[in-house]
Order: sequence, then structure tokens, then C-alpha cells
Amino acid sequence: MRLLPVALFSLLASYASADTFQVEVEVPRLRVAEYHAPYVAFWVESPDRSTIVPLGLWYDDQENWLKDIRQWWRRTGRGQQKPYDGLTGATRSPGKHAVDFGELPDLQNLPEGDYHLVVEAAREVGGREVVRLPFQWPARNNQQQQINGTSELGTVTLSITP
Amino acid sequence: MKITLKRIGMLSLMAASLPAQAHKLWLLPSHTSVSEPQWITVDASISNDLFDVERPYPLDNLEVTGPDGEAATVENPFQGHRRSVFDVNLDKPGSYRIAVAKPGYFLMYQVDGERKRARGMDADKLLAQVPQNASDVKLTEVHNRLESVVTLGAPSQAAIHPTGKGMELEMLTHPNDLYAGETAQWRLLVDGKPAAGVAMELVPGGTRYRDSQDNWTVTSNDKGLLSITWPQAGRYYLEAASSDDKVSNKKADQRRLQYLGTVEVLPM
Repeated sequence: MRLLPVALFSLLASYASADTFQVEVEVPRLRVAEYHAPYVAFWVESPDRSTIVPLGLWYDDQENWLKDIRQWWRRTGRGQQKPYDGLTGATRSPGKHAVDFGELPDLQNLPEGDYHLVVEAAREVGGREVVRLPFQWPARNNQQQQINGTSELGTVTLSITP
Repeated sequence: MKITLKRIGMLSLMAASLPAQAHKLWLLPSHTSVSEPQWITVDASISNDLFDVERPYPLDNLEVTGPDGEAATVENPFQGHRRSVFDVNLDKPGSYRIAVAKPGYFLMYQVDGERKRARGMDADKLLAQVPQNASDVKLTEVHNRLESVVTLGAPSQAAIHPTGKGMELEMLTHPNDLYAGETAQWRLLVDGKPAAGVAMELVPGGTRYRDSQDNWTVTSNDKGLLSITWPQAGRYYLEAASSDDKVSNKKADQRRLQYLGTVEVLPM
């Protein structure tokens, strides 16, 4: 009988989905002669990278440059085909943009554990930057993580509500 | 179709009113300094990653000048899918200028609220494609000069003397005499006259293996002089551009001049 609550709890846990898994990304405004909005990729990885869950991709439909989002390409992109996994969309202009990945089935089905949200930005004739934000899954409490990029990314905020 | 010729009094160096070059155009010699007569090979490509090839740059207007001022021997010109290639015979001591100075046209217009662009070598052919209801038609004459200098033995000046046409560099410091930590002095010229206040962008090679461009800009002073201190050994890409109204084809509204050079800097 004592096992029941535990069993019940783990049943719930495996079902637990976050209400929101919101990522806010600031695309910095850069004073350069030739500006192209960066390609940005989002994914979740486990510490040993045995689990990789692609969340989203902002690009301008030019497959030729996808390899320049180098980590995303190596971890997951090169094994995919159009349409790319997760929430994809066009590149974003400088400013703050929020996207909620909470309803992605691959995220909802993620086994319990510690993970990182990875955000990578690569800009044509510009630079490249990767940031990592830790989180625990499934979300039992509100979690918020923030990091400031130094070149191709501004502030990146992850907000999870169970 | 409407063409407006803007008259601007001074040697107008209008800030980039054209969209910047989408890619970098470059020549890359296999060797810049050799100690006995031999062949070298040169790549010509258009790419974002320096100096990794992406698309071939046409060699139609290739001109290699030898130390005596005469055309040097070029063999095996070839245009592949990713680059153009040619070999140059360094058979006389001194410096050789390898240049591709290609005139062309850039056309812009608005039609049905959309901005259209086209490039080509023939102004009339380009203008023929402009629809009747187009507005803001602008034809720009584009002169790109790609250049690199190589030397057998001791550097010499005859081959690298400016031609007096378009945008050029008067290389007061010889381009095969560049060392990390030292400062090169060059004069930027437009039609043989010093060009003041023009920015030159410099980008070290090897972009593929780093996460930033690491580029910087120097601006020519009132005598057209540029002072460039080399942070480290390696190959560098140089790009400078200006615009004026000195068109050679009257159908063009303005002239855009670009200098695109490759130099090698050695460790001290």
C-alpha cells in the first residue's frame, strides 16, 4: 500500500507537461555595414548529450546556410529534413522575441532529469554564439533562468511553469 | 523610365548608398614571396568564409603584370564550380601584380511595390528588362578591382604602380614586406588622386574556424593615407568602396568603385 502513492506519483510525473516553456530571445541591434538577421536554433540536451530534443529554428528558407548553425547542425540538424523539427519560422529582426515550446510532444515526453536549453545564433558575414540554460524536468515549480549573450545574442530568458 | 543624374560638386564620396557586397570577392595566391623562378597558382572566389572557396569569380578581365611592366605568362585558367584558378610563371625577379578589374552594372527599380535588382555587364540589356510601370530606376556602374601582389626575389615597384583608373592603392609599404606588429602606409586613390575619408575594412583569414569576423576599419586621412598595423601573421582581406558621379556610360546614375585586396603578413 505504501508503494501506491509513489507509483501514482511517477505515473503523473511521466505525464507531467509544463504549461509553458517560454524562451525570450533578444536579437541584438548591431551597427554593421552588412546586416543579415541571424539564423537561430533551439534545442534541449542532456548533460552527456545522449538526449537531444530539437525545439525550433528561425531561418530564411535557405538550406545552404543551415550548416553554419554549427552545433545545432551537428547535434540534430544534419539528421533532419525539411520541414525541420519543432517550431520553425522566419528569422527575426533585432528586438525581443518570445516563443513557447510547452506544447511540443517531444518536450512533454522528456524523461525526468537535468537538461540544458541551448540557443545558438549564426549570422551571415557576422559571428556565432551559443548559450546554455539549465533546467529540471519535469517542472514541479516555476523555473526561470537568464543569461546575457555577448555578441550575437542579447538576453535569453527561459521561463517554465508547471 | 526616369534617370536622374545627381550633380555633386566635390569629389563626392557618398557613404554606401548601395547595399553592401553580399559576399567577399578575392584572389588568393599560393605563394607571395619566392626565392627562385617558379610557377605559382591563384584561386579566385566569392565567399563569406575567408579564404575558403564558395563560388567561382570570373577571370575575363585578368591582368598579370610582371616586374618589367609587361604581361606575365598565365596558364591553366579554369572556372570550376567553387572557384576559378590560374597559374602564373614568376620567371623574372621582382614583383608581379595580379588583378581582375571588371566593369559591370547594377540595376535597381521599384515595380508594384516591390524592389527589384539585377547585375550584368551590358547596361542596355539590363535596362531593357525594366517594365514600363517601374519607378525609382537606378543604374550604377560598378568597378571592382581585385588585386594581389607576389614577388620573386626582392620587391620592386614597376608592376604595382597605380594605373590612374578607378580605385587603387598606392603601396608605399610594399605588400610583400608586411610583418606582424608593423604598420603599413598606403594611399587610397580614385582615378589617380588621393581619396580622403574612405573607410577600408580588414578581415583576417580563417573565418571558418572562429565565431567572430574580427574585422576592423581604418579611414584614409586628408592625404588619402591609410595606416594599418597588423595584429598577427596571416592572410588578410581588404575592402574599400566609394561612389561618385563620374560615369563612363551616360545611362548610369552613379559610379561605384571597390578595391578588394589580399595580402599576406609574416611573423616578425
